[in-house]
Amino acid sequence: MPQTTRHKLPNGLTVILKEVHSAPIISWWVGYKVGSRNEPTGKTGISHWVEHMMFKGTERFPAGALDREIDRAGGTWNAFTFMDYTMYFETLPADKIDIAMEAEADRMANAIFDPDETESERTVIISERQGLENQPTFWLAEEVRGAAFRVHGYHHEIIGDETDLRAMTRDDLYEHYRRHYCPANAVAVAVGAFDSADMLSKIESFYGSIEARGAPELFARQEPSQQGERRVWVERPGKTAFYEICHRIPNAAHEDWVKLKVLDNALSGSGGASDNKTSRLYQALVKTEIAAGVGAMIVPTIDPYLYSIIVTLRDERSPAEAEEVLLREIARLQEHGISGEELSKARKQAQAAFAYSTESVTEQAYWLAQSFVLDKEDWFDGYLDRLTRVSADDVLDVAERYLVPKNRVVGILQPTDPATERE
Amino acid sequence: MSSYAASIPNEGNINRVEFDNGLVLLVYENRAVQSVNITASLHAGSIYEPPERSGLASLLSSALLTGTRQRDFDQIHASLESIGAELSMRGHIHKLGLFGKALAEDLRPLLETANEALRYPTFPAEHFERLRGERLTWLQYSSFDTRYRAGKAMRQALYPASHPYHYGTYGDETTIAAITKADLSDFHASHVGPDGMIMVLVGNVDTEDALRMIRETLGDWRNPEQSEVARADFPDAPIATERQTVFVPGKTQCDISMGALGPARAAMDYLAAQIANSVLGEFGMMGRIGKSVREEQGLAYYAYSHLGGGHGPDPWIVSAGVNPDNVEKAIDSILSQIEQLVSEPVSDQDLADNQSYFTGRLPLRLESNEGISSQIHAMESYNLGLNYLAEYKDMIYQISKDDVLKAAQRYLDPKNMVIAVAGPEPDSSGS
Repeated sequence: MPQTTRHKLPNGLTVILKEVHSAPIISWWVGYKVGSRNEPTGKTGISHWVEHMMFKGTERFPAGALDREIDRAGGTWNAFTFMDYTMYFETLPADKIDIAMEAEADRMANAIFDPDETESERTVIISERQGLENQPTFWLAEEVRGAAFRVHGYHHEIIGDETDLRAMTRDDLYEHYRRHYCPANAVAVAVGAFDSADMLSKIESFYGSIEARGAPELFARQEPSQQGERRVWVERPGKTAFYEICHRIPNAAHEDWVKLKVLDNALSGSGGASDNKTSRLYQALVKTEIAAGVGAMIVPTIDPYLYSIIVTLRDERSPAEAEEVLLREIARLQEHGISGEELSKARKQAQAAFAYSTESVTEQAYWLAQSFVLDKEDWFDGYLDRLTRVSADDVLDVAERYLVPKNRVVGILQPTDPATERE
Repeated sequence: MSSYAASIPNEGNINRVEFDNGLVLLVYENRAVQSVNITASLHAGSIYEPPERSGLASLLSSALLTGTRQRDFDQIHASLESIGAELSMRGHIHKLGLFGKALAEDLRPLLETANEALRYPTFPAEHFERLRGERLTWLQYSSFDTRYRAGKAMRQALYPASHPYHYGTYGDETTIAAITKADLSDFHASHVGPDGMIMVLVGNVDTEDALRMIRETLGDWRNPEQSEVARADFPDAPIATERQTVFVPGKTQCDISMGALGPARAAMDYLAAQIANSVLGEFGMMGRIGKSVREEQGLAYYAYSHLGGGHGPDPWIVSAGVNPDNVEKAIDSILSQIEQLVSEPVSDQDLADNQSYFTGRLPLRLESNEGISSQIHAMESYNLGLNYLAEYKDMIYQISKDDVLKAAQRYLDPKNMVIAVAGPEPDSSGS
């Protein structure tokens, strides 16, 4: 496997490079260590809105110019905001990558935030939120997070609260941008068909002159420990009920995170390269016709977050039935752990998923950028090794320590009578 | 990098073999990866099902992996999941699609499972009922999804009830409830067979090894009952604007789906129509529609157009998600962009931009095994010829502004479109 190299420019920009010569393509990522986690009340959704404004132009590249330029080059570009970070990326034919590098350097320092564009984008973002609200599960997710995090910034949705989206000003957005978008708070990653020495010298020429500022102090509030199980109940018009059970788990850099990842593989089977039909929860909930589907989410985060399992109930089955089965499966896991067969399946699936992911330079670059923002440099290159070292005893240990009522948040989405519907 | 141009899949490096049972195998060796990918299709889509059994082909595709003469449900899935492999089947309108992926060392068990599932399914009763229940739950959930409802209303208005495209591949609550296990067995016997089957293997695989494995698995498959290939007619285009409104309680946003009859993938003017579509609602972050509806007026989070292609006649669709107060404004803006597209040629700049866009993106589309196998499958399935990708650049650059205008005029007419809107009732608070 080609070596990954890491560098730091004098202005504080971290650079990660990995040569991959299987296709004449390069993926270029710039990530900033700021996300919805760093937003105080009244400014929820500001990181995501700033991300939108980054597409609204600089003096050098007016709004829309790069959309055309990158499409014309046969490339693709986009951005997304997560709880812990904001990422921008372009994947282009290798001989066209300069435009991406220049564009990201330019908008790191020179985005305009035109007042008219800001107002136009306000309605676009509110429309994005309303589109999410059309999904009943969005309301459930929002309530569960709100219940799980009373103090920490993980408590609100990345899109933000509508009241804040209506109240924030252009100057609020610009201030957020100026504070967080600087080399010392950013990582630049290139994966693809290049020579590392040439690439580094190009990066120095595009990014070296950007003003050095100290890394910003990030707004972050620590969540106090939970004192008992929490429950939320959501009602929306519809016909389908959902049951969600979450347990507070440590951050990605913690040694227990990867053990919980193996635990999840046995329990829900989610997130691997394969289907999950042999997983314990599929067998206990879907095969028994209580649920139409079951999935889980365990995402790497900077601060402790949630391991969440969500069940889509079949008609005439109740959330209480799902809960009974889930708690029974958790108890079984805490009593007996997982089998050797389950452990080797988790390893093989991770190995396959890793092999599949390395087929895409874009995916590899994302992993590497993520490793920087998670403060875990070997997140990508060391992932398989860490996962392979997890033992059945480790899984039993984390099941006993984390999947406990005191750590638990439960959410139920109960559909209400949709009789008013008409065409 | 100079070797890349030569490695674009073409008739020189794709190994195409026709088996005597009608199966066409295409193998492309990609030694840069550790995995192998299968993309296959058979003539067993929803076009073959009667309207009162809508959803049958799709249900069948899921049921194929619930039990075979050799193995039960748990054994099948344990064999796949224990090696990190993926195998799925999906019912489309014309075809039953099969998709598989595994580490290269595990190609044989993946092929053996696919072979068993296609040839020897037993449709165990308990799994059939479970699948039916899951499908009904999905349909109930989707009935409250404004995007799904707008798309469905548009499709049903654009295609008459006598046309197979009128019906969704997933069926509805009535038809799914009526399907029996015997329906599955009959449909399987009549339509699932090797004649006309296309299988593409891409990855770290030796062609001779792949050939041998296919010979030893699917090579002796015969289905004398397999029916003739069906085609879908080109229905009459709308002769007036037809509005469909669907009210869904508890929603805050409306979804708009506007449709016209588009070209089939194999149509002579497909590429010209594709450029017209890109100018309208794709290029440079959703084309002219994105610029007008999203960027300039801030009316929507998403607004774009899409050309279905396929075996045809798939729809040419414009979709947008907007606040209920902005529905008419957004529709008017979209119609005026369509009016401009069919009234005047695109600019020299538009044409040049899009020619560069479509040809420049080829390396990205061919980056992964999945991308390569999808492209090879399309070349075979739509009879484009295996040198299609190699000749693609020339074909795109031969398209003129007049070709683009003619394609737009042939398929789009802003005065004769189906416009469906799904969302909250007027004056509904959405809560």
